[in-house]
Amino acid sequence: MSRQVPVLSVVIAVLGAAFFIVPLIATFNFSLRMKRGELSFEAYRSVFESDVFVSVLSFSAVASMLAILVGIVIVVPTAYWVRLRVPRMRPVVEFLSLMPLIIPPVVLVFGYVRIYGTGSFLPMTMTDTGTNTLLVIGYVVLSIPYMYRAVDNGMASIDIATLTEAAESLGASRLRTIAFVIFPNIRSAIVSGAFLTFSISLGEFVITSLLNRPGFGPYLVQMGQDYAYQPAALAIMAFAFTWTCMVLMEVFANLKPGQRLLRQRTSTSVEKALP
Amino acid sequence: MPFFLFAFMFLIAPIFYLVNGAFQTQDGQYSLETIRGLFAPEILNSFSLSIRLSLASAGMGAIFGLILAYSLIHGGLPSWVRRAFMTFSGVASNFAGVPLAFAFIATLGRLGLVTLVLRDFLGVNIYASGFSLFSFLGLALTYLYFQLPLMILMITPALEGLRPEWREAAESLGATRRQYLSRVAMPLLAPSVLGCFLLLFANAFGTLATIYALTGANFQVVPIVLFQQIRGNVLYNPNLGYAIAVGMIVLMGLSNTLYFILRRRAERWQK
Repeated sequence: MSRQVPVLSVVIAVLGAAFFIVPLIATFNFSLRMKRGELSFEAYRSVFESDVFVSVLSFSAVASMLAILVGIVIVVPTAYWVRLRVPRMRPVVEFLSLMPLIIPPVVLVFGYVRIYGTGSFLPMTMTDTGTNTLLVIGYVVLSIPYMYRAVDNGMASIDIATLTEAAESLGASRLRTIAFVIFPNIRSAIVSGAFLTFSISLGEFVITSLLNRPGFGPYLVQMGQDYAYQPAALAIMAFAFTWTCMVLMEVFANLKPGQRLLRQRTSTSVEKALP
Repeated sequence: MPFFLFAFMFLIAPIFYLVNGAFQTQDGQYSLETIRGLFAPEILNSFSLSIRLSLASAGMGAIFGLILAYSLIHGGLPSWVRRAFMTFSGVASNFAGVPLAFAFIATLGRLGLVTLVLRDFLGVNIYASGFSLFSFLGLALTYLYFQLPLMILMITPALEGLRPEWREAAESLGATRRQYLSRVAMPLLAPSVLGCFLLLFANAFGTLATIYALTGANFQVVPIVLFQQIRGNVLYNPNLGYAIAVGMIVLMGLSNTLYFILRRRAERWQK
C-alpha cells in the first residue's frame, strides 16, 4: 500500500503551501505597484530614503543588541549555577524563565509604568535614559525564555563539571571560569539565542509604543496608517529579516562546541584523507 | 543572584502590583468591588470577543495543522516536502505583529491581490458578499498564518511517536484505515492535540500588535482595551485596568497550566 500515489496528501500539502505562499506573493506584488502602470521598487526606495526609517531602525537595533548583552550576562551565570551547584533550584528558575510566555507584554508594561512611573519610588520613566533602560529591560524579559533554553541546551552538550574542576585546579576564579572557559564553549548556543532575541525585539510594538520610544514597531504602525505601498515593502523586508534570523539561529544551534562556522579547507581535506 | 533580583523587580513585582491593585477600590480599600467590575457588560463583551476570536483561530489552527502535519509525516510525501514545510513553519510562526497585518492587507484587503483576482477573473466579489479582513473572520484568518505553522511544529513530535508497528498490528487484526485512525491514532493523539490547542489559544489571546495594526481600536479585544487604558485611562478607573490585567493573567495561566499537564500525559506514549 506504500506505493500508491498519495493523492489526498498531495492535495492537502498543496493547499497548505498555497495558504503560506499566496500572502507573500500578494504582498510582494503589491509592494511593486507604487508607480502606476508599471512594476518598480519605488516603494522600497522611498522607505530607504526616509531619515525616520534609518533613525528608528538604528534605535531599535541598538536597544535589541543591548537587550541581548544584558540577557547573556543574566542568563549564562544563572544557567551555569543551576546546573553545577543547585540542581534543586532548577524547577524554580525554569518556571521563572517561562513566565514571560504566560504574562502578555501589555500586562508587563502596565506594571512597569505604574511601579517605575511618575511619583513612584524609582521613577525611571521621568527621564529619557530611564525609559530607554526600561525598554531594554522589557526586551530582556521577553527574550529570557528563548535565551535560557538556548544556553541551557548549550550547557547540556558540554561537561561543565569537568571543565570547572580543570579551571579551578589551575587557579581560575569563578568569574574567570565562566568568562574564559564556559562562555567560549557555549558561544554558538548563545549566538543562536541572540538571533531569536533580535528577531523578536527589533519590531516589538507593545512595550516600545507604551513607553513612547521612537522604535521600529511604532514606526511600522504609523506607516500603515499613512501610506499604501510602503507597508507592503516593509512587510517583505520583515519577512526576509525573520527568515535570515531563523536560519542563522538554526545554523548556530546545530554547531558543536569549538566547531567553526566555515571549516577551513585544510582540515576538511585531512579528514577526507583519513579512511 | 542577579537573576532572582532581576526576575523579582521586572517580573514578580509588576504582577504583584497589578494583582494587589485589582483587589482594591480607587481609594485604596481592599474589596472585591473592582473584580466585580469585570462583569460590567462592556468588559464582559471584550473578554467574550477575545475568547471567541482565540477559540476560532486556535480551532482552525489545530484542525488544519493536524491534518497538514499528518499528511506530511504519514502521507507518503517525499521528505523534502516535509523539510520545506518545517523550515517555513519555523519562520512563519515567528512572523507576527505589524508586518503580518500589512501582508494580509495586501492579500485580502479591499485592494488586495487575492480580492482583486477573485473579483476580476472569477467574478466573486468577496467584499460585496460580506467578507472583510477587518471582521472577525478576517482576523481569525490572519492569526491562522502564525497559528498553523506553530501547530505543525508542535504536533510533529507526537505524530512521529505514532509507531508503524501499531498501525501494522491494527491492520493485521483486520482494522480498516478509518478504524485505525479513530480507535488507535486519535485517542493517542488527543492529549497532544488538546494541549497544542490550548497553547494556540493563549498565543492568540495575548496578540496585540497584529490586531492593532489591522483595526486600530475598533475591535475591542481585551489586550486593546488594556492598551488604551495604559495610554489614557479610558475606563476612568485605574483599578479596573488592573483587574482586566489580572483577568488576562488568569486566562493565560490556566491555558498554559492545562497545556503542561496534557503534555505530560502525552509524553507517556513518546518514549
